[in-house]
Amino acid sequence: MLQVQDLHKRFGGFAAISGVSFDLEKGVVMAIIGPNGAGKSTLFNLITGHLEPSAGRVLLGGRDITGAAPHAICRLGVGRSFQRTNIFPHLSVFECVQAALLAHRGQGRNFWLRSEGLYRAETMALLASLGLQDKAESLAGELSHGNQKQIELGIALASDPDILLLDEPTAGMSAVETHETIALIARIARERGLTLLFTEHDMAVVFSIAQRIGVLHQGRLIAEGDPQAVRADPEVRRVYLGERS
Amino acid sequence: MSRRIPWVLVVALVAMWVPWLGSRFYTFLATDIAILALFALSLNLLLGYTGLVSFGHAAYFGIGAYTSAILMKTHGVPFALSFPAAGVVAALFALVFGFFCVRLTKIYFAMLTLAFAQIVWAICFKWNDVTGGEQGLPNVPYPELGWMAAIPGLGQMRAGDHFYLLVLALVAVAVAALRRIVASPYGRMLTVIRENPERAEFIGINVRLYQLSAFTAAGFFAGLAGALFGIFNRGVFPDFAYWTKSAEVLIMTILGGMGHFWGPAVGAMVLTLLNQQITSYTEYWPLILGTILIVLLFGFRGGIVGALAGLGRRLRRR
Repeated sequence: MLQVQDLHKRFGGFAAISGVSFDLEKGVVMAIIGPNGAGKSTLFNLITGHLEPSAGRVLLGGRDITGAAPHAICRLGVGRSFQRTNIFPHLSVFECVQAALLAHRGQGRNFWLRSEGLYRAETMALLASLGLQDKAESLAGELSHGNQKQIELGIALASDPDILLLDEPTAGMSAVETHETIALIARIARERGLTLLFTEHDMAVVFSIAQRIGVLHQGRLIAEGDPQAVRADPEVRRVYLGERS
Repeated sequence: MSRRIPWVLVVALVAMWVPWLGSRFYTFLATDIAILALFALSLNLLLGYTGLVSFGHAAYFGIGAYTSAILMKTHGVPFALSFPAAGVVAALFALVFGFFCVRLTKIYFAMLTLAFAQIVWAICFKWNDVTGGEQGLPNVPYPELGWMAAIPGLGQMRAGDHFYLLVLALVAVAVAALRRIVASPYGRMLTVIRENPERAEFIGINVRLYQLSAFTAAGFFAGLAGALFGIFNRGVFPDFAYWTKSAEVLIMTILGGMGHFWGPAVGAMVLTLLNQQITSYTEYWPLILGTILIVLLFGFRGGIVGALAGLGRRLRRR
């Protein structure tokens, strides 16, 4: 589904990502872990076209998407959420998600119909699956951090992606919110048969839903495999997991 | 669900009675306001809906005015053709200038719109053979409105009243189109871009392309307003494209409130009426205007309409 081949990104003299390669099979849930500054967000930005790689290739379903524009990559079936919550603060929750549906269905060029009632049922169904149906008319920017993360997930899901990239989906959440959000993400990924790539700091979360784990350290992928293998990897224990135990 | 009120129609139906007040001056003011309202509403497609701050919107107003004036005066083209042509030519210029402008963001975008507007002004100012240079093009002919006198009830009216009714009808159609645009899925994409261009890109929107299309559409409607203003003013002058004109329309939009569809139209009305009233008492109009702006920026960010809407919400909650 997603192939990353020998990806490099340099910012001036600093190598943020050097020689990262991995394959992600369809339907697999994969986590990228690593300490702050390991290059996790940079890796995401390279995959989704927000940054252009210095070298290497990104293939989506066998198609080379290296250096394509973000909106084009989105249209090819990649959805993402951002580390800093990234929504449309002065729109209602309904409008946020509906906008993504409108864009996905190619209605963006339609300047004659009234947008108000379009895809109402579908938008509400999506909001219901996220537990946001009661907040549909609230302004997105006025809701809690946890709700905003859910809205962002809704915006990403509205474009009906095949693969979803979540950059720290539980960042800044309380333990309860984290637990709920992860359960939600796992359920939606299962229901929709999504391929999921996410970054996360909370190891309990990672080991609870990831089928594969990649460990990023100083821009290099030092280990990659199933959770048991990664947990047992001596280098991972030394540079990363070891810090915490 | 409550039925929608066709506000454009309601406003136009109320405004059409102004000539029956019988004062040449009121008709004059109402014509001025109607044209400037369209100009300000066209700017708000960028400012309030797409989140693009243009410091050079007068360029397209000026281009529209000159296009229509040159066609009507120099080439004897009838108004029915010169009016849409003014919009189209202004839109073409907006398309070309906008192509460069949307490559920049925020203050750089604003400065580039200003730069292009100053270029337009300089060309109007210097290209004597076509634009009349500094002297402008005086005596732009009135459109042929004799047919209006044949309509029952309009026979006794002055030419100025006929022209006002024509302006009102054309502005109403243009405003209805603008309203349609902002309520459409396309309009929603523009607001999404205003809210968060980075996120907008990742719902699959080509942000620059949409910004460019909005810039072009805003140029089109500004061009239409300019064409009407040239005739109303009985001549077009380089001032129409000067930066002070861009500032004026920006002030109207902010004064009325850019967060609401009708805000800029209210701003155009209030600013025109205030200007008229205050200049009859004092020559210090800019001083008063400056004071009004300071109060607005500190106290009423949403402008007049924003403040009224907030008051309405508070009263309903009681």
